[in-house]
Amino acid sequence: MYSNSNNHDHHEENFIQKYIFSVDHKVIGIQYGITSLLFLLFGFSLMAIMRWQLAYPGTEIPIVGFIFGEGGVLASEQYNSLGAMHGTIMIFLGIVPLAVGAFGNYLVPLQIGAVDMAFPKLNAASYWTYFVGGVIMISSFFMPEGAARSGWTSYPPLSVFENGQTIWLISMIFLITSSLLGSMNIIVTIVQLRVPGLTWMRLPLFTWAQFVTSFLLVLAFPPLEAAAVLQLMDRVAGTSFFLPSGLVMSGEIVDIAGGGSPLLWQHLFWFLAHPEVYVLILPALGIVGEILANNTRKPIWGFKSIVYSMVFLGFCSFIVWAHHMFLTGMGQAMSAFFQTTTMIISIPSVVILTSYFLSLWGGSIRFNTPMLFALAFLPMFGIGGLTGLPLGLAASDIYLHDTYYVIGHFHYVVAPGTIFALFAGIYYWFPKITGKRMSETLGKLHFWPSLIFMNGIFMPMFIQGLAGVSRRLADGGVSYAHASGVLQWNEFMSISAFCLGLSQIPFIVNIFMSLFTGEKSDRNPWKSTTIEWDAPSPPLAHVNFDSKITVHRTAYEYSVPGAKEDFIPQTES
Amino acid sequence: MNIPYVVEEREDTGLINSKLGIWIFLASEVMLFGGLFSAYIFLRMAALPGDFERWASELSVPMATVNTVVLISSSVSMVMAWASLKMKDFSKYKMYLGITIFCSFVFLTIKYFEYSGKFAHDIYPSSNTFMAIYFTLTGLHVLHIIGGLVVMLYFYFPISHKMWDKQPEQFTNRIEVFGLYWHFVDLVWIFLFPVLYLL
Repeated sequence: MYSNSNNHDHHEENFIQKYIFSVDHKVIGIQYGITSLLFLLFGFSLMAIMRWQLAYPGTEIPIVGFIFGEGGVLASEQYNSLGAMHGTIMIFLGIVPLAVGAFGNYLVPLQIGAVDMAFPKLNAASYWTYFVGGVIMISSFFMPEGAARSGWTSYPPLSVFENGQTIWLISMIFLITSSLLGSMNIIVTIVQLRVPGLTWMRLPLFTWAQFVTSFLLVLAFPPLEAAAVLQLMDRVAGTSFFLPSGLVMSGEIVDIAGGGSPLLWQHLFWFLAHPEVYVLILPALGIVGEILANNTRKPIWGFKSIVYSMVFLGFCSFIVWAHHMFLTGMGQAMSAFFQTTTMIISIPSVVILTSYFLSLWGGSIRFNTPMLFALAFLPMFGIGGLTGLPLGLAASDIYLHDTYYVIGHFHYVVAPGTIFALFAGIYYWFPKITGKRMSETLGKLHFWPSLIFMNGIFMPMFIQGLAGVSRRLADGGVSYAHASGVLQWNEFMSISAFCLGLSQIPFIVNIFMSLFTGEKSDRNPWKSTTIEWDAPSPPLAHVNFDSKITVHRTAYEYSVPGAKEDFIPQTES
Repeated sequence: MNIPYVVEEREDTGLINSKLGIWIFLASEVMLFGGLFSAYIFLRMAALPGDFERWASELSVPMATVNTVVLISSSVSMVMAWASLKMKDFSKYKMYLGITIFCSFVFLTIKYFEYSGKFAHDIYPSSNTFMAIYFTLTGLHVLHIIGGLVVMLYFYFPISHKMWDKQPEQFTNRIEVFGLYWHFVDLVWIFLFPVLYLL
C-alpha cells in the first residue's frame, strides 16, 4: 500500500490540496456543510434516545440499548449527558457551523462577486479548528468520566464538580476560536471585496444577515471564552471563581477558598448565549428573504427597514441577556431593565417578519420546495417568537421558567424555524453548488411530514409547560405530581420525533440521487437576480466567475414594468 | 487566484484587508479581556471589605513597574522597526525588532520570578479569588506575549530577508499589522498593572 501511494504521489497530493486542506472558500463551505449536517444528525439521534426514555421510562432502549449497560436502560446520569450534548452539538457543532460556516463561506463571496474570502488560509484554519473541537467534544463520550452532564448552559457550582466538564470546556475553546476566525474573515470580505457598483444598500439580505451575524460572533463569543477559562481554572487549578464561601455538598462544607459567585458565570454565559440566539436566527432570516423575493417574483417589501432592523437586532441582542436570569434574585431594578430591553428587541423581529408577510401580497407565488420551507418558516418562527414574550416579562417568567414551555419556545425558533430555513437554502442553492437539480417530488415528501411532525413534537411542550412540568426530568415527569394530567403527551411527542427522523430519509436520498442522476442545471435555474447566479454552476475553482462582474442595480428587481423578462440581474446595465 | 487589496488600499474604505482584519480581531480581544475585567469587578464587589487590598499587597510593585517600563520600551522599538522598513532600512529594522524581542524575554523572565516567588510562599490561584483572577489575567496576558514572541522570531529569522526582497510593501504591512497587536498586548498590561498592583 505504501509503494502504491508513492506511485501516485503527485496525484494524491493534488487530491489533498484540492479537497481536504483546500483554501478555496467553496470547498471549505462544503466541508463545513457535510460536517455540520452529520453533527445535526448525531445530535438528533441523542434526542431520539432521550425521547424513548421520556415516553417509556425505565424500559430498554431499542437498537442502541446495549451501549447503556445492563438491561439497556438509560440511567439518569446518562440522560443528563445526552441532554447536555444534544444542546451543545445542535448549537455549536450543528446549526452555527451550517448557517455561518457553510452557507456564509460558500455564498458570501459569490453574492458580492469576489474570487474568494479575504483570508483563504485563515478560512481553512477556521474549519480545521472547528473539526478538532468537534472531535474533542465527541471523544468525551469515550472518556472514563463520560460526556459533560451539566446541560449546555453548564451552570456552576454543579458543572465545577460534575464529571466530563473539562473536555467540554477545552472543546468549547476550540469552537470559539474557530468561529472567531471565520466571522472575522466574513466581515473583512464583505467590507473589502465587494465588486464595483455593489454599494451597501445593493447587498442582498443574505449577505447583510451574515455581516451582522459575524459581528455578533466576534463580540459575543470572547466573554464565553473568558468564562470557559475561568471555569477551567475552577476545575483544574482549584480556584473559586464560581464557588461561594460555605458551599455545602452532600451535607459537608466543600474545602475551597470560596468568595466566588455562580451568578458571575450566568452573566458571562448569557452575554454570549443571547446574541447566540440571533446568530442562529439571522442567517435564517437572510436565506428566507432571498427565497421569498425569488419565488414571489417581487422586490422584497421594505428592504431598507429589514436591513436597519437586522442591524438594530444585532445591537440590541447585547443588552437583553439577563432576561434568562429573572429567577436568580439579581434584583428588581435589573429585572425591570432587562424586561424593557427584551420588549424593545421584539420590535425589529416583528418588523422583519411583517415585511416578509407583506412581500407575499400580490405575488404570483411559485410553490417549489425551497419556497415551501421558506413559507413554513414564517409562521413557525412567529410562534417561536411570540411565545417568547411571556418569558421576557419577569412576572410571567417566574411561573414559566425552566418548564417545558421554554423548551417548546426556543425549539420553535430553532428547529422548525432556523432548520427549515437552512433546508430551504440547501434546496435553493444546491443547483449552484453541484450543477444538478434536486427532485421536487422527494423534496415535498421531505417537507410535509417534517412540518407536521415538528409541530407534533413541540406544540405539546407548551401544554406540558403551562401545566408546570419542569425540563430536564430524566423520567419525563412520572415522579412529578404536576405532570400527571399531561403525561400522556410524552408518547405522542416521542412518536412524532421518531417519525420526524424517518421523514429526513427522502432528503438524504434526494441529495445523493440528485448528485449522481439529477437533471443538469444551468447558471440561473430559479431566474434569480443576485450575483451568485452569474457564476457557472458549479462556480469555477478559485476564481468563481468567468466574466468581469459590475453591479448596476439593487438586489431584487423582479417584475419591473416594461422589462423584457420578469427579473433583471444585478449585473445587467 | 488574486485577492485584491492585500497590498494597495481599497479606495472607498481606505484600508487593506489585513489591517481591517487585525482591528476586528483586537475588538474581540477587547471583549475577551473585558469579560475578565468585569469578572474582577464582580468578584471584588462580592469580596469581604479589605480582602482584595490585603492580597494585592502580596504582589511586588517594583517588579511590575520594571515590567511596565520594559513593555512600553518594546512598543517604542516596535514602532521604530516598522518606521525603519518604511524608510527601506532593513538592517535597522532587524536591530529594532531584536530590541523588541529582547524586551519581551526580559518581561517573561521577570514574570517567571514573580510567579515562582508566589509559589515559594505557598500562594496559588486557589488561595483566594484575588489571586485566582491575578493568575488568570496575567497568565492569559503572558500567553499573548508568548504568541507575539513566536511571530516576532518568525519575522526575525533569515527567512524575513527573502520576504523583504520579494515583496517589501507586503512585508512592511505585515510588521505594521503585527505592531498593532503588540501595542494592544502592551495596552492590556497598562490596564492590568494599576488594577491588580495599585488599586
